[in-house]
Amino acid sequence: MLKDITIGQYFPGNSFLHRLDPRFKIVMTLMYIVMLFMGNEIYSLIFGMVYCATAFFLSKLPIKLFGKNIKPLLPILLMTAILDIIFIREGTVYFQLGIFKLTEDGVFTAVRMIVRIIFLIIGSSLLTYTTSPIQLTDAIERLLSPLKKLHFPVHSFAMMMTIALRFIPTLMDETDKIIAAQKARGAGFDSPKLKDKAKALVPVLIPLFVSSFRRAEELATAMECRCYRGDVGRTKMKIMKAGMNDIISFIFTLIMLCAAITVVVLF
Amino acid sequence: MVILRTEELTYQYSIGTPFEKTAVDHVNLEIEEGTFVGVIGSTGSGKSTLMQHFNGLLKPTSGHIYIKDKDIWSDKNNLRDLRFQVGLVFQYPEYQLFEETVYRDIAFGPLNMGLTENEVRERVYEAAAFVKLTEEQLEKSPFSLSGGQKRRAAIAGVMAMCPSVLILDEPTAGLDPMGREEILAEIKNYHKKTGCTVMLVSHSMEDVSRYADKLLVMNKGKMFCYDDTKEVFKRAEELQKMGLAVPEVTRICIELKNRGIPLDDSIYTVDEAVKQILEFYKSKNGGEVLC
Repeated sequence: MLKDITIGQYFPGNSFLHRLDPRFKIVMTLMYIVMLFMGNEIYSLIFGMVYCATAFFLSKLPIKLFGKNIKPLLPILLMTAILDIIFIREGTVYFQLGIFKLTEDGVFTAVRMIVRIIFLIIGSSLLTYTTSPIQLTDAIERLLSPLKKLHFPVHSFAMMMTIALRFIPTLMDETDKIIAAQKARGAGFDSPKLKDKAKALVPVLIPLFVSSFRRAEELATAMECRCYRGDVGRTKMKIMKAGMNDIISFIFTLIMLCAAITVVVLF
Repeated sequence: MVILRTEELTYQYSIGTPFEKTAVDHVNLEIEEGTFVGVIGSTGSGKSTLMQHFNGLLKPTSGHIYIKDKDIWSDKNNLRDLRFQVGLVFQYPEYQLFEETVYRDIAFGPLNMGLTENEVRERVYEAAAFVKLTEEQLEKSPFSLSGGQKRRAAIAGVMAMCPSVLILDEPTAGLDPMGREEILAEIKNYHKKTGCTVMLVSHSMEDVSRYADKLLVMNKGKMFCYDDTKEVFKRAEELQKMGLAVPEVTRICIELKNRGIPLDDSIYTVDEAVKQILEFYKSKNGGEVLC
């Protein structure tokens, strides 16, 4: 059941998007989000949508993946849409029933919110789908490196993130295994009663905590054995270097963002 | 009586993603009640995945599983009862211990079955006796036991449910040779005393061959064969090609045979090898053995 979670997962590949410098990818994703949230008219969304479609096309990933991502969020999307429709009472009234008013503004806001959230998810998943966690944290470390001057522990921060990300799949696997083992002993996960379900968590959480502590200790020992001492004097095996493709993509993103800003300001 | 039967059982992982993989591929199997089955195959051959189908933890992508002639997926509400009938001990089962005392951990399964306090106690003591845990150990915290004892406690937790089929997934992984011997002997003893069906998954042929009546060999998700232990070892060379190490004594006998000593095709115990080699020398020296 935990295998169904695909947000934040990495899908190995060798597409144009996979090969881009992760630093550029992070910055471009941020620019894309700005693009998406500019302006209040429906047409201001077009730039973000076109940009996202281009990136998706370049990633060569199956479209099914994104459907899986959006599905669990459907209830939230519906809630926002319904709230927008009920509480926004300005604009042309299409239809009225008692105090309930269906207005033009309400419908537009609802549609805009849904489109924005969906594209936000697709865009940011594209980043994690095409960038391995290691690359991602490495890029974040590089992007945040100016903060070192302010004595912010950028390296430790990145290392912590790398370790946390690295252990998500491991712990998920482990949880799956423990759940299966306790199910095999008749634990009540399948019971419809909430009380039974809550009780069934204890036999999962305790072994999971025990093994997390064990893993943490093992990892710390292993790091110490290899003389890990933070980033002082540490060199990189893979040095990130911006190539032609990165610069072209960045310029394209910049142009799209400028175009979006111009359109919003002028109209 | 056939206790467990599969029909074209197939299971695929992560369908529709780049990680798609067929782990179990059209397996047809029939297991008689009371058999001690050894399940072997190299890493990734699908043996563990196959085992998890037998108590309904995994749902087959296609195909059917019958326990006592009943399709286990015909009624979802019966799955929990099924898990008490088919007990599954996972790899490294010591990592699932969670209770305050060993006693309470072993009692977890029987309590879930809804047995009375007295029945539970009886079951716990019986299971503890099978794996040779003392009463004193039963009152300790499971986290204070040694590795081998933890493993035993976890196995006892499944034995205490008195399943008709007991499946053990690599119960000896990571133990020293003595610990391995002990656990395997305890399992064999349990099989003998209770008469239930036991399936022992392992990639060590040596372990399995000494205890199992029949062997199920898995290769790349497909069932390679399911036959009497002796028959399986006749195909020792094929097994070696699949990356399975046949027992050393079998390898020696094959080599001796290739050099002209007429031995049986399927020797997998040292005793049998000694007997046959002695017989050969007896006939050669006119009935006299020198040593």
